[in-house]
Amino acid sequence: MAEALKVPTMAEYMAEGKKPEVLFWVGCAGSFDDRAKKITKAFVKLLHEAGVDFAVLGTEESCTGDPAKRAGNEFLFQMQAATNIEVLNGYEIKKVVTACPHCFNTLKNEYPALGGNYEVMHHTQFLKTLLNEGKLKVEGGKFKGKRITFHDPCYLGRANGEYEAPRDLLRKLEVELVEMRKCKKNGLCCGAGGGQMFKEPEPGNKDVNIERTEQALETESEIIAAGCPFCNTMMTDGVKNKEKEDSVAVMDVAELIAEAEDL
Amino acid sequence: MQILAQILFVIALVAGIGFFARNIKRVIRNIKLGREIDRSDRSNERFAKMARVAMGQSKMVKRPFAGFLHIIVYVGFIIINIEVLEIIIDGIFGTHRIFSFLGGFYNVLIFSFEILAFLVLVGVIIFWTRRNISHIQRFLARELKGWPKNDANYILYFEMVLMILFLTMNAADYQLQLNGADHYASEAGIMGSFPISQYLLPWMEGLSNSTLIFIERIAWWLHILGILFFLNYLYYSKHLHIILAFPNVYLSKLNPMGELNNLESVKKEVELMMDPNADPFAAPAEGEEDEEPEKFGASDIFDLNQVQLLNAYTCTECGRCTSECPANQTGKKLSPRKIMMDTRDRVEEVGEIINKNGKFEDDGKKLLDDYILREELWACTTCNACVEACPVGIDPLSIIVDMRRYLVMEESAAPNELAIAMTNIENNGAPWPYNQMDRLNWAQEK
Repeated sequence: MAEALKVPTMAEYMAEGKKPEVLFWVGCAGSFDDRAKKITKAFVKLLHEAGVDFAVLGTEESCTGDPAKRAGNEFLFQMQAATNIEVLNGYEIKKVVTACPHCFNTLKNEYPALGGNYEVMHHTQFLKTLLNEGKLKVEGGKFKGKRITFHDPCYLGRANGEYEAPRDLLRKLEVELVEMRKCKKNGLCCGAGGGQMFKEPEPGNKDVNIERTEQALETESEIIAAGCPFCNTMMTDGVKNKEKEDSVAVMDVAELIAEAEDL
Repeated sequence: MQILAQILFVIALVAGIGFFARNIKRVIRNIKLGREIDRSDRSNERFAKMARVAMGQSKMVKRPFAGFLHIIVYVGFIIINIEVLEIIIDGIFGTHRIFSFLGGFYNVLIFSFEILAFLVLVGVIIFWTRRNISHIQRFLARELKGWPKNDANYILYFEMVLMILFLTMNAADYQLQLNGADHYASEAGIMGSFPISQYLLPWMEGLSNSTLIFIERIAWWLHILGILFFLNYLYYSKHLHIILAFPNVYLSKLNPMGELNNLESVKKEVELMMDPNADPFAAPAEGEEDEEPEKFGASDIFDLNQVQLLNAYTCTECGRCTSECPANQTGKKLSPRKIMMDTRDRVEEVGEIINKNGKFEDDGKKLLDDYILREELWACTTCNACVEACPVGIDPLSIIVDMRRYLVMEESAAPNELAIAMTNIENNGAPWPYNQMDRLNWAQEK
């Protein structure tokens, strides 16, 4: 039943001599990871719903270099940044939105000194402005009254001080928003940052995502909301590890809104 | 006799302050072993942050109980220093309670010193029980075994003794005033107000004036000598934060926590690589032939910047960073506090070599491996919890990242899976081995 989504690329816009209002930076996880692709699609549906004039880079997009930088490979990071900035500046991009806090942080904070100056927004921030501008309507819907806890992604929260945008969206869904004992500034990492996503953890007595999942389960929420594809993977794994996948779902804020609106 | 006491006092004062100045010079010299970093920007914001975080203790109270006790000790320390000023003037000029001409206000001062001294005493005793009796995880970590644990206790004992001496001195003085003793009693009535030390009077009452004077003088001398000793103990202990917390917060990072610096040395190389007109066989420019290429990242303290070394001297080993660290909480070896302690220990070791030889001579050791283990560095999730937790603006993460940079760019020593992810990024623009040409496939998938 589902049709393929309409996802315009910058190249197509360029060919028509047009410029979109905003570039959607999909990111590697959003492009390739099966779970994260669902978040990408949910967000695209919301963009269409709100009538946002957007495009993606498609095959011209490449890793921002964040995992390389945080793993110590500054060289690779700057190579990635240089090629990405060349592409972005070539298209005269002014505004970027992304559903990945790692891409968000890197594009927003680390690209300017290398010649890439854009207004960068996390998708929860962007959705909030759409809501405020009345372009997107969000009302209770199927999540009304459900107990939901939000896991702060380190690179959205502590790293960039954004704690409220995702929570505001959840409140719009009229859910029962409950906080974990470690939240906002004191939020515990899911365990994926700094390149950890791509390697086995060092020896210890527990995995970080298990610790964080336990904190989330303590809240007895039906849904763990996330705002980062990596957190999503880590928390989903944690919930499976605790054999709670039948009663607790891990969902991105964009997915919750899209689903509430039956998109 | 009196003049001899004054001379001895001045000698002790000059020696105490002189030795302290020498140690502070060493700290500054050692910090300058690091690379220069420009934090001269945004001074208004920096002052505001210093006022809020260092003076205002805003981050201390995130843990309300310890934070409250710390504020008592902090305020006590600052206020009681007014009393130390009086002691110094009295000591130099042979006067007694020189500030007593302030009359009613003097009574208020002494009253508040006594209350604070008592509160500090109580606070310090609670601190001691927290460190030695309560099983508080962050005080039991492996990096606190041995000297760091003793050091923390010595500081607490010191403060206890100083406060007890201060109250004893006041009690003896009060009794002498009540007895109408020469030099102590004043026609104007009782000088000072003794809300706490009055309770020590039962022990003083039966004593002769000469014994009381002896007690008062001994307490007075031990108190001021103790303070001078403590001042000089700072350099050898973790306690330098009482001074360095202020410049450390002032110089701390103001940019978003998530922002890592872009290495300038790499920037040049990348620009050259991306420049289609660059001549790969070009000879180095005039005058640059002998320049050694800049080292990437940090393997020793010389590669860290001066703010990072100041961070290390400022750390008072409270362990809030470590207790918030996700890696540490899940049993990994990484402890951000240990990163700071190791950095300081290594700076001190290098400093000692310079003290001995006049300059640094390679001792075959470095910060990496001899102090900080690779296993610790690779356990970090770069989540910034440690940076957020530090009450004085220390950034352990920046040291971890700089050392990772050394491991990856100088030694190609990334853990294998990370090396694979990096190769993928290099080859196909994603940490996983997917073709960049498939990047938009999701849009067609149903």
